[in-house]
Amino acid sequence: METFVQVLIDGMLNGMVYALVAAGLCLIWGVMDVINFAHGEYLMVAMYVSYWLGFLLKVDPLLSVVAAGVFIFILGAVTYQLIIRYTIGRPGLVALLATFGLAVFLKNLCMNWFSPNFLILSDTWLGDKTLQLGNIIFPVPQLVAALLALVVIGLIYAMINTTRFGWAIQATALDRDAAELMGINTERIYLVIFGIGGACVGIAGGIMPSYLAVHPEVGSMFGLIAFVCVAMGGFGSIPGAFLAGLLVGSVEALAGFYIAPVFKYIAVFGLYLTVVFLRPKGIFGW
Amino acid sequence: MQHKGIHKKDAYWLGFIALLTMLPMVPAVTANSFHMHVVILILLFASMSQAWNIIGGYCGQVSFGHSVFFGIGAYGAGMAVVTYGGMPWPGILIGVVLAAVVAVVISYPCFKLSGHYFAIATFAIVEIFHRTFLVWDWVGGALGLDYPLVKEGLTNLMWYDTKTGYYYCALVLFLLIFGTVRWLEGHRFGYYMRAVREGQETAESLGVNSTVVKLAAIALSAALTALCGAFFAQYNLRVDTPMVMSLDMSMKFVLITVLGGSGTLVGPLLGAAVLIPLQEYTRAFWGGMGGGVDLIIFGLLIILMVVKQPAGMIGIFYAVRKRILKRNIAAKGESADGAP
Repeated sequence: METFVQVLIDGMLNGMVYALVAAGLCLIWGVMDVINFAHGEYLMVAMYVSYWLGFLLKVDPLLSVVAAGVFIFILGAVTYQLIIRYTIGRPGLVALLATFGLAVFLKNLCMNWFSPNFLILSDTWLGDKTLQLGNIIFPVPQLVAALLALVVIGLIYAMINTTRFGWAIQATALDRDAAELMGINTERIYLVIFGIGGACVGIAGGIMPSYLAVHPEVGSMFGLIAFVCVAMGGFGSIPGAFLAGLLVGSVEALAGFYIAPVFKYIAVFGLYLTVVFLRPKGIFGW
Repeated sequence: MQHKGIHKKDAYWLGFIALLTMLPMVPAVTANSFHMHVVILILLFASMSQAWNIIGGYCGQVSFGHSVFFGIGAYGAGMAVVTYGGMPWPGILIGVVLAAVVAVVISYPCFKLSGHYFAIATFAIVEIFHRTFLVWDWVGGALGLDYPLVKEGLTNLMWYDTKTGYYYCALVLFLLIFGTVRWLEGHRFGYYMRAVREGQETAESLGVNSTVVKLAAIALSAALTALCGAFFAQYNLRVDTPMVMSLDMSMKFVLITVLGGSGTLVGPLLGAAVLIPLQEYTRAFWGGMGGGVDLIIFGLLIILMVVKQPAGMIGIFYAVRKRILKRNIAAKGESADGAP
């Protein structure tokens, strides 16, 4: 039983980070109906930003989070200006393939510059510290990452539901033309949404080098899991993506521990198929 | 529809195929086996993408799961030769049939999903198959299947000295798949598929059973894809999961068709004729420069092509033809005005 709780908690901590990555994708998907295939690669770039800040300037990932968030916000906004802007209003496949090209580009650019080797940051503040509560052990880096994810998701959710800017986002998501007639600059909303979506994954990637090695392929699996979380949660629903993130994290950890490590992703993708076969629009979708 | 004589469009195709048949007799092409390799790959990828085009282009169901069927075909041929030490032919047959069956079984629930939910479900299926095959020892596991050296020829579907044998096999594959799609275009079933693509509810209200149409289309598409997979295995003399059954392979089906022009007969050929030389020659020129320069350029070009020409290369072709026609009409108009 103790082992079960321990494995579950490890999974949930991971799951919250998945939820943060998914929340960024979810915003973009919900507002613009675009699947950003380069989302995982944004995460990888953010990890490199945080890694090099730590390696060259001795900045701890805990502080680099801000820099990584800002960097990916800009990367997202630039992506929107140069690529996504031209795909709005065209079949969904166009944006997906264009961002697939971006993913191939970013992955190989990092491979070329930083080599495909695994890079590990040592001597970080959080390091290998652990926190023991009763018989349960919390790894501190993952715990901090999970709490950070929780705070960021909460802030974004509050922003969308309580601020004027958030209402403008909701209006744009519901009906772009009507929103435009009400005087909302939808072009700017799209730009900012792509930036915020990027910033979410930037923050997640900024903290990760405290406990995870950086390499050019690291983003692909996170990107796929984010797609699964968003679709499982339901179209554009941030609470849905959050719940799905927790679910995916738990299933991944439990299947990895009780069946075999190779089966953990099979279980995750099997879970997605089961959910959408029962509810074709996801848990909170309609 | 009844045609008398040969359709004008088909006449061009027949001429093109006659040219292709003669290609190995041009010494400049056969002398450099790398050029031959590129031509074979163009034919193979055009055929694969055309098979995808049946379900993705004509029937409008964008599947990212075709590497599963491709992989089943490749494993069918590979296991017949490597695991059972026989000829590839029975394995190819089993692979083709199995791919169609698997396609129907997994697509039946997936077709109830719409838009991005369907696309992500197909990603999930590829990942499940990929990871299962990686740890499944019976199919070779993570090591993959390496072909033994056996006598070359059509019975073993293997050639070593020249690539001419492979070339003609690829040409037969190309003829079979493009012919099937050309036939479908004029057949009742082709119209059903396009009706389902344009509006499933409308098609159903007119008495088209959309579920049956979609399942039949994916079964046909999967069977033809598996055939291409079997050829790929015989050509590479090696089968392993990351090569044949990965998301990257799945993306190629979609990219080539969409870049060429999805839902058109020429589209997959155009896409393959541009993308494959690009991939192979950038790999040959920059692949040795260390880490991914070829793929950096490849990624940029994909972005550029998708953003600038979302209708595919066939779109450029139509735009150019329209301009020429317009100019011709304008020229005629002028001469008519100038006449007394």
